[in-house]
Amino acid sequence: MLKRFQDISLIDVILFLIRVAIIVLVVWGTVATIIKNPYDASTWIDTIISGIAQGSLYALIAIGYTLVYGVLFMINFAHGEFFMSGILTAAVFLAVPMSESGFLDAHPIIGLLLIAAVAIIVSVAIALLTERVAYRPLRKAPRLVPLITAIGASFFWQYFFRGLYGSEVKPFPQIAVLAGKTTIAGVDILKNQIVVIIAAILMLVGLYIFVMKTTTGKSIRAVAEDKDVAALMGIDVDKTVSITFAMGSAMAGIAGVLYALVFRQVHFFMGFIPGLKAFTAAVLGGIGSIPGAAIGGFFLGMFESVGPGLFFEGLGVPAPHQLKDVIAFTMLVLVLIFRPQGIVGERLAEKKA
Amino acid sequence: MFKKSLFITGLLVIASLILAACGGSTYECEDSLGCVSYAPGDPIRIASALVISGPNTDLGTDSQYGVEIAMDFKGELMGHPIELQAEDDGCNAEGGQTAGQKIVSDPTIVAVIGTSCSGAGVPMAEVISEAGYSMVSPSNTAPSLTDPEQAWKPGYLRTAHNDKVQGRAMAEFAINELGVTTAAAIHDGDPYTEGLARVFADSFEEMGGTIPTFTAVNKGDTDMKPVLLAVGQDSPEFMYYPVFTAEGGFITKQAKEVAGLENTILAAADGMISGAAIEAVGEAGEGMYFSGPDLAFSGDTYQKFLAAYQEKYGSAPISVFHAHAFDAANMIFACIEKVGVDDNGTLHIGRQALRSCLYETKDFAGITGNLTCNEYGDCADPKISVSQLQNGEYVRIWP
Repeated sequence: MLKRFQDISLIDVILFLIRVAIIVLVVWGTVATIIKNPYDASTWIDTIISGIAQGSLYALIAIGYTLVYGVLFMINFAHGEFFMSGILTAAVFLAVPMSESGFLDAHPIIGLLLIAAVAIIVSVAIALLTERVAYRPLRKAPRLVPLITAIGASFFWQYFFRGLYGSEVKPFPQIAVLAGKTTIAGVDILKNQIVVIIAAILMLVGLYIFVMKTTTGKSIRAVAEDKDVAALMGIDVDKTVSITFAMGSAMAGIAGVLYALVFRQVHFFMGFIPGLKAFTAAVLGGIGSIPGAAIGGFFLGMFESVGPGLFFEGLGVPAPHQLKDVIAFTMLVLVLIFRPQGIVGERLAEKKA
Repeated sequence: MFKKSLFITGLLVIASLILAACGGSTYECEDSLGCVSYAPGDPIRIASALVISGPNTDLGTDSQYGVEIAMDFKGELMGHPIELQAEDDGCNAEGGQTAGQKIVSDPTIVAVIGTSCSGAGVPMAEVISEAGYSMVSPSNTAPSLTDPEQAWKPGYLRTAHNDKVQGRAMAEFAINELGVTTAAAIHDGDPYTEGLARVFADSFEEMGGTIPTFTAVNKGDTDMKPVLLAVGQDSPEFMYYPVFTAEGGFITKQAKEVAGLENTILAAADGMISGAAIEAVGEAGEGMYFSGPDLAFSGDTYQKFLAAYQEKYGSAPISVFHAHAFDAANMIFACIEKVGVDDNGTLHIGRQALRSCLYETKDFAGITGNLTCNEYGDCADPKISVSQLQNGEYVRIWP
């Protein structure tokens, strides 16, 4: 960390100044907001809970990016579309007919489980298909090639589903049981936020246990550590990669259902921005690490939710929430300058020399 | 040998010059911006740049239908059929820029009806103006587009109302009809939404109300809860968010879930008057108010228009600017008839002449009223009404 004076270059000075500037702004803004006190405690709590709920969605989608990167060293930019495809199909074929016939209100849990099942199956199917057709042939290619292919696959699926289901925004029905708020420990929280947070925690913990404790998980970690040696050890690399994709997109399928529960609107382009934000979350937390994806998602959700109010109100910026993306990405830059490997930083498996 | 071929070439050149001078047209275009010429039987080409894709498709498609019906009613213009080149403005600046560049690269297009969205209108006005074309917008309402110190460029006109009128009308409705005294406004940074929200806020405060929060979201945002929590902090009685369908849908659905906004009256504007918007707001939008152009037009031209719309497209109009588009198209046709020069079947239209004629439009009898254009392109005879969403239908309730 400490360098000799001769080793310090202009770039280092500039980076240092940038870090200082961002930190000063953040601290100044926060202190000024606390002094000004524009919102009362319950608003802050609501905002934090909103951030956690949003962060849970990002975390679930980020898992897909992190798993694929850990195993294949590739950023799967089409992951947002895996997220979209599952819930869009479920919405068109199940959710809307179910709500119109009243089935969804009469049997909400069965209805939701069916929707989730369809969403997961479709997401996984699309992911496996993409992996088989677009990514597997390019496994030995230079790193840039699968990246561009992923972007191409992303466009392909967006317009495929647009052609299939139309370009209008489709409303997702409100489930009566999940509407409204409840009070937990004196705090008002929306029922759909509770579902999102709990579901996300369960999925993340379940996935972590799966990867760490089961044999399949062990083979995933082995392929992540060294593909060729894993093959020598008798692990079927292709099958393991497919399983990784399947798991990642199953998480995305569930995230799709949760997204639809919160926002009650789906359309063919809905995967683009959440995909981008989730990728940011994965990098923020440490790409290649599952706890990293979870933490990155959580932090990103909080930055977007609490950030504008906390930093910008104090600085006197007129419409702070318009700049929430600025905050989210500036925080990403800040974290990466200080800690390029991300917050958690370890990978799925330690890369040995 | 060399001299002989040179001699023959010279003869050929002279011969072709004489032939060119003798046959063909004797009309010389003296227009400062150039002329568009249509040979006998060639169609007169106009372009439209409206939002025909994405969440706001209904808005632009409805206007395009208005133009197409105007073309059908007109039939032939000075002996030439009329052809429409339909472009997409995407309801954003990039779309407007692209559509504008596409149009000006085609010298056979004489005028444009567009754009749908003010955000697309700003860059397109610049592109069109520099190339000498003229554009008449059926639904741009941002005040900045007819303000010479802001986004106005020569060649830009509109038959839609200026939002100075709409913002004020909504403020009047809120204060006089609903009797509210506090209101919040949310826009999305685009010239139309910000302009309208700003006019509403200024008028509301002028009439004695207070605006505790004036804030904005981004286009494409889905999670509106942090903004709504900030707005709900002051529990405003009325919330006006004149944004487009996607963001408006999210705001409406999430507003009722936010502490402080449970009893707030929700209101939006003409960017959200369409079938897609009804679906986007769902049940949460029941009882919401919408400001927009008053469609209670008098005269039987509108009835004929509606009948033609129903016959050609199988439904009642899907948004609210079809009549404005119809009038915009007819304004252009009327000016072509005035300034077009017929030269043995070839029609020449001077671009500057067309532009000047459009700006001089006075008491033009359109469906939307008597159109008189001022020097900066505001032609509308503006009447704003407020509707309420009742049982999934817009019901006009004021004035």
